[in-house]
Amino acid sequence: MKQDLPPILELKGLVKSFGALQVLKGIDFSVQPGELAFIIGPSGSGKSTLLRCCNRLEEPDGGSVTVDGIDITAPGVDINRLRQKIGMVFQSFNLYPHMTALGNVTLALRKVQGMDKATADAKGRAALERVGLTDKADAYPNQLSGGQQQRVGIARSLALEPLIVLFDEPTSALDPELVGGVLKVMRELRESGMTMVVVSHEMAFARAAADRVVFMDQGQIVEQGPPEEVFGNPKHARLREFLATLADRH
Amino acid sequence: MNPVVNVPPTMSTLDRFLFSFFNPDIAGRYWKAIAEGFVTTTWLGVTVIITGLVVGLALAVARAQHVKPLNFCIIVFADVFRALPPLVIIIILFFAFPYIEMAMSAFTATWLSLSLVLAAFAEEIFWAGILAVPKGQWEAARSTGMSRLETLQHVVLPQAVRMTVPPLTNRVMAITKGTALGSVVALHEILNVSSSASSESGNATPLLVGACAYLILFIPFVWFGRWIETRFAWKR
Repeated sequence: MKQDLPPILELKGLVKSFGALQVLKGIDFSVQPGELAFIIGPSGSGKSTLLRCCNRLEEPDGGSVTVDGIDITAPGVDINRLRQKIGMVFQSFNLYPHMTALGNVTLALRKVQGMDKATADAKGRAALERVGLTDKADAYPNQLSGGQQQRVGIARSLALEPLIVLFDEPTSALDPELVGGVLKVMRELRESGMTMVVVSHEMAFARAAADRVVFMDQGQIVEQGPPEEVFGNPKHARLREFLATLADRH
Repeated sequence: MNPVVNVPPTMSTLDRFLFSFFNPDIAGRYWKAIAEGFVTTTWLGVTVIITGLVVGLALAVARAQHVKPLNFCIIVFADVFRALPPLVIIIILFFAFPYIEMAMSAFTATWLSLSLVLAAFAEEIFWAGILAVPKGQWEAARSTGMSRLETLQHVVLPQAVRMTVPPLTNRVMAITKGTALGSVVALHEILNVSSSASSESGNATPLLVGACAYLILFIPFVWFGRWIETRFAWKR
């Protein structure tokens, strides 16, 4: 992680409401190059909405989202071009069921970046190799396990060579025995220097791999810091309560 | 010469039945005219299917752009043309449009009427298919930088169209059979030709020949629809 460089992602005063319900109440948050920021919090705290504002899948109502120095909420920006640099991995994988794994990974390369098929396929296979699925290139999503599907989802983001990858509860839809494979890929990705923002409940992964843990509650960032501090010495009562409910569950 | 062939009074019941419905002489006399009707019906059907499906798909794609005034017009179009009987539209186009300097042939009136009705139904079916594709598919594609239109073209429509094949096949069949409505504006399609031949000869055989012509035309179509359904189905 490089502290002295300008942040890859910077949110300032981010506000978002759904109807009368304000889900983000002025978020200030930034992520340094190579950093893995891990967002935790009770359901309904705004974690996923925060993540989805970072590539404008949700339109923020106020504040700014800056990616690599460009305000992606400014009027007239080419959001489609910017989104290629912001990878996103979904809870429900969202693979295209009518395409093979390789087809899923190369679609944007071919149709958005205009790459010819041979070049796109080579890049796609390299991305599949990074997630350990070289031999599944020609498999359709329904022929893959949930864990494999999610790794294809990660490869689909990586193929575009993003500056940052957003993970929206990437293991929540997986059977417990399949979680490990996905976390392993995420860990390797982190070690290769990828900037990542992860919304998840995998606390063991957060302890082991996160640079910073961010606790959100009721649309605000309540506390953040290195995992050992946030988990070992929580300052806010709400964070202590949240961690206690998690401990009860295990 | 009077073309009417009377049933000889001395015949048995079975012979009378065969004479009236399966009469080779009558069939030989009229098959050529019915074959010409077959060509007209086929040509009309093909042009209706192409126009109706292309316009219907274009309207569904336009509707997916979420432009409110445009969507209002599309919905009004779809509702009106799904509600009106095609026969009424044919009659208006053929008999009323000459008064506003827009006279058209019987073929054009029938083609336009059926195409508009098919387009209205096809738009609704395609639109339902587009809505049935999970939202996550849009989000995944958009998050990789694909535009709304690119997402529709490469991700959503290929899945939507698969889902719409069965309802679309049924609707296309029902509307293509409406080519018979062209008979009211004297279009020489299968039904018109065979029913006039039938009245002219006083014998039902031409109607049976016409029925065979419909079977020859539509049975392969049913098979084609079934083939498309299996061809485009994929296991989830």
